[in-house]
Amino acid sequence: MAVDNELKIELGKQGVFVTTIEELYNWGRRSSVWPMQFGLACCAIEMIATTMARYDLARFGAEVFRPSPRQADLMIISGTVTKKMAPQVVRLYNQMAEPRYVIAMGACAISGGPFKQGYNVLKGIDRYIPVDVHIPGCPPRPEALMQAFMTLQKKIDEQSLTGADRPRHLDAEAQGEFPVPEPGEHDLEPASNPGVWPAPVVIR
Amino acid sequence: MKTIEEIKAAIEAAVPGAGVSVVPNPGPAAQHSLLLAHDHAIAVATFLRDAPELAFDFLSNVTGVDWPDKEVSEKVKVTRPVARTVDGVEQTVEETVEETRKHVEPGHLEAVYHLYSVALRHGPLVIRMRTANRTDQVEMPSLTPVWRSAEFQEREAFDLYGIVFTGHPDLRRILMWEGFKDHPMRKDYVEPDDFEYEPTAHDEVLRRAQAHQSRDQGSNAG
Repeated sequence: MAVDNELKIELGKQGVFVTTIEELYNWGRRSSVWPMQFGLACCAIEMIATTMARYDLARFGAEVFRPSPRQADLMIISGTVTKKMAPQVVRLYNQMAEPRYVIAMGACAISGGPFKQGYNVLKGIDRYIPVDVHIPGCPPRPEALMQAFMTLQKKIDEQSLTGADRPRHLDAEAQGEFPVPEPGEHDLEPASNPGVWPAPVVIR
Repeated sequence: MKTIEEIKAAIEAAVPGAGVSVVPNPGPAAQHSLLLAHDHAIAVATFLRDAPELAFDFLSNVTGVDWPDKEVSEKVKVTRPVARTVDGVEQTVEETVEETRKHVEPGHLEAVYHLYSVALRHGPLVIRMRTANRTDQVEMPSLTPVWRSAEFQEREAFDLYGIVFTGHPDLRRILMWEGFKDHPMRKDYVEPDDFEYEPTAHDEVLRRAQAHQSRDQGSNAG
């Protein structure tokens, strides 16, 4: 049951702290998102800069970069995903424990970027795994990554624990494993996961 | 550095029957190169590396070039008999006509090596080798035994152009995965049809995206 915000502030002034389980739970989740220590290309340099003293991602509770996908909550796809690397990225995502989130950082990770028409670059990692926040830029500034991080925190905050739009880890029916594409004779097979990425219709 | 002709003469003096020829560069750079025959390529390369006055001890770059089959049309004057009616009498007259003849020049694959001398501070010397054709006879000798730095770059040329370097210690694909069948840098490479979503397409990409779309609609209808 939601408590009126003004009433909550008034009660806070009187020394009574009112909250809901949902709020507390989401506050805990969003305040300690551990990203995976994992970089793909030049965007990784900006990601590293974001975590260092000048920009200090630790202010948002994300200072612990984990070298193992088992201990990480957030995957920052920082750079070009080649077709040779894509199966490994999907495999790493599968190895992460729920709840897990993905930020696709930079033009390459969201669409292939300047290499889009090349023979060896995936046209966006969202073809295989669900992406929560996309950041454009080549590469995005550290501020942009922090903006994306705050967007992700807002998204976590707004998730309700019950109902149809509840997070995947609270849904027993939800799909947890995403098929890893196989390297084929001419391209990755399949070229995309239609369950995650139904090709958008372009109106010309 | 010696001129390309002097280097060619030095090679021919050291390696009898080397089969080296000069590929001239008509551009302002005038960076002429040497075309090596397969049989003596290793001997010539070893000479270029070890000769004290050349001492090309550093191989900086190996790359490939794809020369596809080229259709050449040329105009030829042909004299042939033509039947013609002159003053009501049928006669056979010799007539000279200009005719366009077409023939196909077979293509080949080429590897280009850039050599420098760190010891004598000169270079680059450009040497080339060509395969017999670009379909089934795509072998050429590897220069990895002479310059170790050729190893990965020859693998790259093998991967992207399909040049098979005989004598290479570890000829595997280096950029694309095992089991990949194509050679993406060849002129006739057909890239996979993944143009299902092109929000800002123009020119060639727009054409291919529209082709993809019409094919999709055709398959949905049928």
